Amino acid sequence: MDLGNNFNMPDNETNEEIKLNGVGASPGICIGKAYLVDKEGVEVVEKYFISGKNLDGEIKRFKAAVKNAVNELRSIIENVPDEVRRHTGILETHIALLKDKMLYDKTIETIKKERVNAEWALKKVVDDIKVMFQNISDSYLKERSDDITHVSDRIIKFLIGSEDVNIGEIDKRVILVAKDLSPADASQIQLDKIMGFITDRGGKASHTSIIARTLEVPAVLGVGNATKTINNDDTIIIDGTTGVVIIHPSGQTLGEYKKLKTRHEEHKAYLSRGSHLKAETLDGLSLQIMGNIELPEEVVSVLDHGGDGIGLYRTEFQYLTRSDFPGEDELFDKYKDVVEVMGPRPVTIRTLDINGDKAISSSNGSEEANPALGLRAIRYCLKRPDIFRTQLRAILRAAAFGNVRILIPMISSLDEIRDTKKLLNEVADSLEKEGKAYNKNIEFGIMIEVPSAVIMADVMAQETDFFSIGTNDLIQYTLAIDRGNREVAHLYHPFHPAILRMIKHVTDVGKEKGIKVFMCGEMAGDPFNVPVLLGLGIDELSMNPQSIPAVKNMIRSLKVEDARHFIKEALKQTTTMDVIKLVEASFGEMFGK
Amino acid sequence: MAMNKGSCSLLKSVIIKNELGLHARAAAKIANLAGRAKDKIWLIKDGEKVDASSIIDILSLGCSRGTEITFAADSKADFDLLRNIVIMAENGFGE
Repeated sequence: MDLGNNFNMPDNETNEEIKLNGVGASPGICIGKAYLVDKEGVEVVEKYFISGKNLDGEIKRFKAAVKNAVNELRSIIENVPDEVRRHTGILETHIALLKDKMLYDKTIETIKKERVNAEWALKKVVDDIKVMFQNISDSYLKERSDDITHVSDRIIKFLIGSEDVNIGEIDKRVILVAKDLSPADASQIQLDKIMGFITDRGGKASHTSIIARTLEVPAVLGVGNATKTINNDDTIIIDGTTGVVIIHPSGQTLGEYKKLKTRHEEHKAYLSRGSHLKAETLDGLSLQIMGNIELPEEVVSVLDHGGDGIGLYRTEFQYLTRSDFPGEDELFDKYKDVVEVMGPRPVTIRTLDINGDKAISSSNGSEEANPALGLRAIRYCLKRPDIFRTQLRAILRAAAFGNVRILIPMISSLDEIRDTKKLLNEVADSLEKEGKAYNKNIEFGIMIEVPSAVIMADVMAQETDFFSIGTNDLIQYTLAIDRGNREVAHLYHPFHPAILRMIKHVTDVGKEKGIKVFMCGEMAGDPFNVPVLLGLGIDELSMNPQSIPAVKNMIRSLKVEDARHFIKEALKQTTTMDVIKLVEASFGEMFGK
Repeated sequence: MAMNKGSCSLLKSVIIKNELGLHARAAAKIANLAGRAKDKIWLIKDGEKVDASSIIDILSLGCSRGTEITFAADSKADFDLLRNIVIMAENGFGE
């Protein structure tokens, strides 16, 4: 795409380049002008008094604003792009809220009684409503006051006549900068006009992030102070892969990123042309390349990027966004959604893996000094069989609708496998008695992510159908490194000789015992690691959907024979740096492309 | 499960079974029906009584999953409507 000459020069010489960091919520690079969706202006509401004879006029003005707001929402619903069609249910509710007597009648009453302007009356009514919501203990329901805020913002926008919020009428391609985007805002966007998203709030699992990933435009979210730092029409670079936002880039930075962007786009186009081809090496070994997902919606992305199935379906999300525990039917529905869409392709459902930094809100009975080594994942589930049974039932029921595998996280001893299987059998029996549709003949696998499971792999293999190596935790536990700790993070590397030897041990055991060995950690998603993984003999790799095309491409350009010779040499290396150097020396020219 | 509460036939209780509790869309469905009543229809939770024709009023009660709520109608003419609301709630608002 031609960006025009104005991008070659910095905006003006007094503007220093500013770099902001956030969460890289959707990968890619874009360079463009900022378009600020400024909601701050709406919050400043003026108060003035209305004389008796003008009260009727003021009420009419309020009614007209509500009517306009209703009309606007209706037309948003009608014109919603197909990509976000499923999110319109909430907009229907917003229309109902606009006319709700607590809001509508009360505001009119307040205008009359207090002889104030409509904006002020509405603000007062909404503030009162918000106070009522503050006492609600259920966090989901408490946040419904956000819906009321969105609705009243919409009315006030029409009362004041401000136009800057109307993101439906953007006439050039821009980078959208907002505090946060409501579902209504998001569905109002003319998607072809948006090059990228930056928001103050939100993270990887937020609504905006899902939309950005669906559209495949870069997004950096949770920046904190983007709306305060960025001005309309500022030149901005977004790198959604690394989570970096650069404002007023210097000529040099622009040049670098333009190159990066071009390379990224060319490469992406090249890869996506091949993404639906089999991941087969030049000498004919084919690997299954799977996607990791957290939300059912991401299934589409896995299929679009050429995934052969779901190698890791993380199930924590439904537990972390609420104050109580999700019920069986809700879980079943979510799992079934994924399973049905995938059809005959495998869906690997990992049971609840709550870890230290994702403490579950409804069960934080006591603080743990060392959560990574504490009551998490399978340990937690076996301690709370009531919660575990609910999930196991939902999984077995969903298994009746497709090809499900069950994956148990953080296994460190054989007892945990046996206890889990016992529960699974109990659950299957009770489903049988209740006459519910279920399938208990599903593959049972364990995560290999604790060093003891590696050492005991031969024993574990006798009672499991497959292994899935979770490299993130395996590296952390083996090297005793917390990646979140800046002082030691640089020591964390998947090519540490100890890690390579451990993986080698697991794949050897897999071959000997005749069970498949998969990998679903971050290590699996980097093309640079593919020669090593191929040499080690991993049967299936699972990764973020966006990584699938690049990894498939790398596999197609290698010979497994070469990789096997190479790994013998790699295993002889004694330091991480030596392994990296060997990979670069042997396969370096392939990464340059 | 619906049950009659003693003498008054215009009082019906329901346990909220929706995972997310009585949320905005469900409240909108109740308010829509209650808005058609000839007289008032009330929603009662723990002795707190709100107008069932207002979404915001309903939401302000914060009825999470498992909460018992009671619907009450002032007028016998609204009995059918009340019953429909209760049936809808028992069916989890069609979710």
